[in-house]
Amino acid sequence: MNDTTITRGARWFRALAGEPAGNGSVWSGDALLGGETARFITVVPDPANRFPRATTNVVGLEQGWRLARAVREAIDADADPSRAGGMRRPIVAIVDVKSQAYGYREEMLGIHLACAAAVDAYASARDAGHPVIALIVGPAMSGAFLAHGYQANRIVALDAPGTMVHAMGKEAAARVTRRTVEALDALGETIVPMSYSMASFAKLGLLDQLIDGVDADAPDAAQIERVRDVLIEQIRSARTGDRTLARRLESESARLTRAASIEVRRRLAEQWDAV
Amino acid sequence: MSHAADVRISDPSAAQAAHPEANQAAPRLRDSFIELPARERARALLDAGSFRELLGPFDHIESPWLPLQGIVCQADDGCVIARGTIDGEPAVIAALESAFQGGSIGEVSGSKIAAALEMALRDCERGKRVRPVVLFETGGVRLQEANLGLAVIAEIQAAIVALRRHVPVVGVIAGMVGCFGGMSLAAALCSYLVVTKQARLGMNGPEVIEQEAGIEELDATDRRRVWQLIGGEQRVASALADQLVDDDSHAVRAAVRAAFTQGVPAAHRSEQVDTFLQRLARVDPASVTPETLRDVYNPPAHHATNGEQA
Amino acid sequence: MEHLTFDYPARRAVTTRAHVGVVGSGDLEVLLSPASTSDTSNSDNALSAHVVVRTSVDGYGHIWKSVLDRFFTRYDGAAQIEINDFGATPGVVALRLAEAVEAAGEGDAA
Repeated sequence: MNDTTITRGARWFRALAGEPAGNGSVWSGDALLGGETARFITVVPDPANRFPRATTNVVGLEQGWRLARAVREAIDADADPSRAGGMRRPIVAIVDVKSQAYGYREEMLGIHLACAAAVDAYASARDAGHPVIALIVGPAMSGAFLAHGYQANRIVALDAPGTMVHAMGKEAAARVTRRTVEALDALGETIVPMSYSMASFAKLGLLDQLIDGVDADAPDAAQIERVRDVLIEQIRSARTGDRTLARRLESESARLTRAASIEVRRRLAEQWDAV
Repeated sequence: MSHAADVRISDPSAAQAAHPEANQAAPRLRDSFIELPARERARALLDAGSFRELLGPFDHIESPWLPLQGIVCQADDGCVIARGTIDGEPAVIAALESAFQGGSIGEVSGSKIAAALEMALRDCERGKRVRPVVLFETGGVRLQEANLGLAVIAEIQAAIVALRRHVPVVGVIAGMVGCFGGMSLAAALCSYLVVTKQARLGMNGPEVIEQEAGIEELDATDRRRVWQLIGGEQRVASALADQLVDDDSHAVRAAVRAAFTQGVPAAHRSEQVDTFLQRLARVDPASVTPETLRDVYNPPAHHATNGEQA
Repeated sequence: MEHLTFDYPARRAVTTRAHVGVVGSGDLEVLLSPASTSDTSNSDNALSAHVVVRTSVDGYGHIWKSVLDRFFTRYDGAAQIEINDFGATPGVVALRLAEAVEAAGEGDAA
């Protein structure tokens, strides 16, 4: 992949972590971040992938299991509590994934399990005390984001064209809901969870920081440094809180837009034990 | 908290009860599990008389988002949470209702599942084990709630990973909708999966595959092909699910109970990274078929008798 | 989507509640419970039944009224009835109402 066609995932991996160990569809490697070793992981296009439906920046079979392995290597490396004062290295998921892979082989061979393995690994890392940070630099879509990033303690994103979080690509969603893309956009203006904008995603209380003023495709040294600082701060913050995803319901934004999620938990707790 | 007494719908097998003499000689009639709505499925899996619904229709916690789009809500948002016992042990069942919006996951229906698993986890951590069962009947994220559907699925997944350290999390996929989308990942995180022949388990629905990859990749109308690839029988034969049962309430209930007696598996399927990377490496993408896949994923030497995931 | 309400006189209190149905295509759910006793629009404390219909199909208010009028000729409980409808035919609506009444143990109304 030459420099003019490099994807955002690859570019940001190199900027933050240098050259990856190994090649293929999942890049992972350890690099210094704020004075400690952190593991960086991203998904990149793999034109030589054995599965022809999984050659772009998608999470397919190999991607899912390799993501899991990259995370578990970090868990295993830090498993000894006498090492480094029991500190677990941060894991930074650099997210640039347009979807899961679509193919009959993928379904037959259990892409759902491959992606679940990545979910499992990230969640297990978080439960073990690794600060897991998702850095969204491009699309963070659907099952691919569930597998790579959505189990993080903290989620940050570049405020740039092309970064987005959603359950389905706009064209596909328009087809399925039998609306035009313009109508979907209009709907997203009034119905926050349907919007494709990162600002709306932030309103759901799911985004810890939206980083503006950064060129996602060609960041200069100062912008890369700023992103590094954001990651360091989020890592520090993640270490102070609990290891679950409960925090996602605690922000002011969440209290507004996820009132129903909070109400469900409150009422269920009330009814849990029979009176 | 209502002062009125809840009276449930009369038992569908009441007709059977009206002719007891016929039952003494004849074999027990099969009770289709697939034909039951979510509430009755949950009731069927709990010990008789122990069913107690939480956040039911009369609690009126509905989707805040559907009415904004002119879509009529269901009072339980298509998800039934029921407590009770399984073999005398405390249990909680989350059952998705496929008749409402295809069982899709919205903010409320998904939060009910996540909250139920989180409460079960809290009890387990306090030494009070709760047996969790999830009845997966869903197309995945409800597109009308898009990002909240996706977010709550991540929360469900987190809860399953945490909870299954304490107690098996048992999933049931019966059909006819099956289990797709982000919830297929949740199903794959479960300790055990009980499935019928009619069930399907896949990440992307056949229609979506055909739409995204073309009809040569997959003809979604070829039902035989679809079930050959992702149907319950194939999933069990290839060790991606654990127990194949008939479409019969008693059979499903027995399989769920048996899963719990097996305890937490030594290694969950989703933890077996090296194993599956090796298996993938042995697969030839150009020639692999559903039949040849079975030998790779479920080699004869590893057929387990104790329900350990192959 | 339409939101319709109807009120009918009642002759006896309702003490149980029941839920039937699903909001699937061509179907509806019915929630039946005791009518609220704090209904301030009811100035002389007469018993009444209150029906709230949320339906995905617009323009059939007169059909709903006709179905409910017929139902209430045989049912005299002071019930709160909530209906969430996804395009059911009048026949299916009548069936679900009858199921709800039976499930609530209210089946003696005739």
